Amino acid sequence: MTSETSRGELHIVNLYPRHMNIYGDRGNMLVLTRRTTWHGLTPVVHEVNPGDELPERADIIVGGGGQDSGQVTVADDLQRHGDALRGLAADGVPMLMICGMYQLFGHRFVPIEEPELPGVGVFDMETVGGPVRMIGNVVAESDDLGTLIGYENHSGRTLLGAGVAPLARVTQGDGNNGDDGFEGATRDNVIGTYLHGSLLPKNPAVADFLIETAARRAGLETVEVSEHDHIERARRQAAERPR
Amino acid sequence: MSGLRDTTAHALGKALRAAARVRGGGSAYPGLAAERIAPGFTARSLTGLPRGVVVISGTNGKTTTTRVVTALLEASGLRVFTNRTGSNFVRGVASQVIADVPVGGRLADRFDVAVLELDEAHAVHFVADVPATYSLLLNVMRDQLDRFGEIDTTARKLAVVAQATTEAIVANRDDPRLVSAVEAAVSRVAWFGHGAALADTFPTDDALYGAVGEAASAEAADVELVDLTDAGAAYAIDGAEHLVPLQLTGAYNALNSAAALSLARQVLGAEADTATLLAALAEVTPAFGRGEKFSVEGSEVEIVLVKNPGGFRLALTSYDPAGTDTAIVINDHHADGRDMSWLWDVDFSSLAPGIALVAGTRSYDMAVRLLYDEVEAAEVAVDLAPAIARFARANPGTPKRIYCTYTAMLEVRRALERYTTMEAL
Repeated sequence: MTSETSRGELHIVNLYPRHMNIYGDRGNMLVLTRRTTWHGLTPVVHEVNPGDELPERADIIVGGGGQDSGQVTVADDLQRHGDALRGLAADGVPMLMICGMYQLFGHRFVPIEEPELPGVGVFDMETVGGPVRMIGNVVAESDDLGTLIGYENHSGRTLLGAGVAPLARVTQGDGNNGDDGFEGATRDNVIGTYLHGSLLPKNPAVADFLIETAARRAGLETVEVSEHDHIERARRQAAERPR
Repeated sequence: MSGLRDTTAHALGKALRAAARVRGGGSAYPGLAAERIAPGFTARSLTGLPRGVVVISGTNGKTTTTRVVTALLEASGLRVFTNRTGSNFVRGVASQVIADVPVGGRLADRFDVAVLELDEAHAVHFVADVPATYSLLLNVMRDQLDRFGEIDTTARKLAVVAQATTEAIVANRDDPRLVSAVEAAVSRVAWFGHGAALADTFPTDDALYGAVGEAASAEAADVELVDLTDAGAAYAIDGAEHLVPLQLTGAYNALNSAAALSLARQVLGAEADTATLLAALAEVTPAFGRGEKFSVEGSEVEIVLVKNPGGFRLALTSYDPAGTDTAIVINDHHADGRDMSWLWDVDFSSLAPGIALVAGTRSYDMAVRLLYDEVEAAEVAVDLAPAIARFARANPGTPKRIYCTYTAMLEVRRALERYTTMEAL
C-alpha cells in the first residue's frame, strides 16, 4: 500500500488542534492522513490555531471537539474565517466537524449559564445548552454513508433548520438532542456530527467520502484500498456493546 | 443515636464480608450496605484519629502512592488505617473499616492516622462529611471523560478537596491545573515536582496535546525528583540530594514517590527522619496489577494497569518492549470507561513491528488502533482467559508484559492464578 507512487497532494486543514482535541479526535487526522497515502496520494497537513490564517489550498477541513473553555477561545477566532468557510462549503470542499466544532458551524451555541457563542452558520442550525449530558455508544443509519458507529458526550442540544439535512437517524443513543432521532447534519460535502470514538477509524466510509471527494475536485485519481478485517470486526464488536 | 445503628451496620457488614470472601465477591459491597443502614457510618468511624485523615486523589498513581505513604508512615512508627484494596470509592473505605475494626470498637483506638485513596468524584463527597487533615493532589489527566465530562471539571473537584483540607495540601507544582486548584485553599501548601531536566519525561496533559497550558508554578518543591537512572531515583530534600534504588518501576512511580515523601513530612512534622523515610521507600513493592510481577512456568509476567492516555503514554515510554512479549487487554465495562476514544490519544508506534496478543471486550478497537500505527497484532482474541494463559505460557524464559484496563487486569489475574502464586485481592 505504501509502495505506490504518489498521484498528487491532498491538503488537509486541521482547525484548532491545540484547543479542540478532546476525546481522541486526533484519531480522525491519523486515519485521514494514512488513508490518503493508501489511496495513492500525499497528505499535506496544515494546523490552524487561533491567530493563524487558512492556507491557500484546502482540500479537506477537519475540526474536533473540545472543552467549554477551548470552545470559547476558538469561537471568536473562527469568526475571522466565517466568510471563507461558508464560501468553501458552497464550492463543495469536503469538511468534517465533530462535537464542539460541529456546534460552532451552526448559527450559534447558547449555553445555560455562559454567554452565547457565535457560530459561522455553515449549517442552518443552532445549539442550546441542556441540563443533562448525553453520553454513550451511538449507532446511527445514514442513507449515503451506511451505519455510523461512535460515542457521544455532550450537553448541547442541536436543532436543525430547514436549510440543512440530518446526517443520520440514531438507532442507539441520543444524537443531536435526544428527541427528534437525528444525528449530525450535512449540506454540500460538509459533515457535522457528535460522534467521537474516534469517528473515522470505525467508519472508513466517511473517511473515504472525504478523501475521494477531495481528490475528484482536485482532478486526482485514487487507488482502491483493500479493507483490513479488523475494521469490520471492530464495528460489529462496538455495535453490540451496551450504551 | 447513631451508635446502635452503627454497631448493627458494622455487624451486618462483617457478616456480608465473610459471605463475600467465601463467594469470592467484590470488596466494596459490605461498606455499601453499612452506609445504607447507617448513613454517615464512614464519617463517624473516622473521627478522633490522633493524626487525622489523609486524602490522596488525582488521575494517575493513587493506589501506588497510597501504598508508599502507608509504608513511610508505618516505618516512622504510626499505625495506619488505609483502603489498600484500591477500592477508591467511599463504600470501599467503609468496607475497610468493617474489616479492620471489631464490632463496637473505635478506629481511633487502633490507628493513629487514616490514609485514603479516593477517586476525584468520591473525594468531593467524602470531604463534605469528613474534612481532610492533609490532602495529596497528584495530577489531572484526561480520564473517564464519560463519567466526568471534562478535564476542567475534574480539576474543580480537586479544588473542592483542597479547600476542605485543614492542615496541609501536598500538590504537584508542575501540573498547571493543580496550581490553580489550590489557589483558594486556606491551609498551607507543600509542593512536589520534578527537576527541569526531567520535563520531557513528565509532559502535562496540555503538553501531550500540543496545547499552550498555563505556566506551572515556579515555587520551590518540598521534595523534588531531580534525576532518574538505572541506579534509582534522586530526590532533593532540604538542600541535599539522595539516591534511592526503587523496587517500583515506571517513571511516574518515582515522581509519585516524591509526593509521598512530602506528604509523610507534613504528617510527621519535626518527627520526620529523612533516612528512615528513604529506607522505607526503597522497600516498597508494586501494588496489585500496577507493575506487579509473577513467575509463570519460568517466564516473568508483568501486569501494567493503563486507564487513560496519559498513563498509557507514560507506561509505554517507561518500559522497553525489546526482548519482551507484549499483550494489550482493553475492556469497556463501566469501571474502565465505555468510550474507546482515548486509545487514539496514545502513540503506539514504539511497539512496532508488532505485539503478540490483543484481547478484551474491545479487542478489535485496539487492533484497529495498532493497524493505524503500523503495529502488527499476531493474535486478536475475543475470549480473554484462554488467550492470556496461552500468551503467558508461550516462549518459556521470555519476559511477558500485559497492559490492561482495570477490569481486564482483574480478569488477567484470575486467568493466571492457576499457573502462579499471587497476593489475594
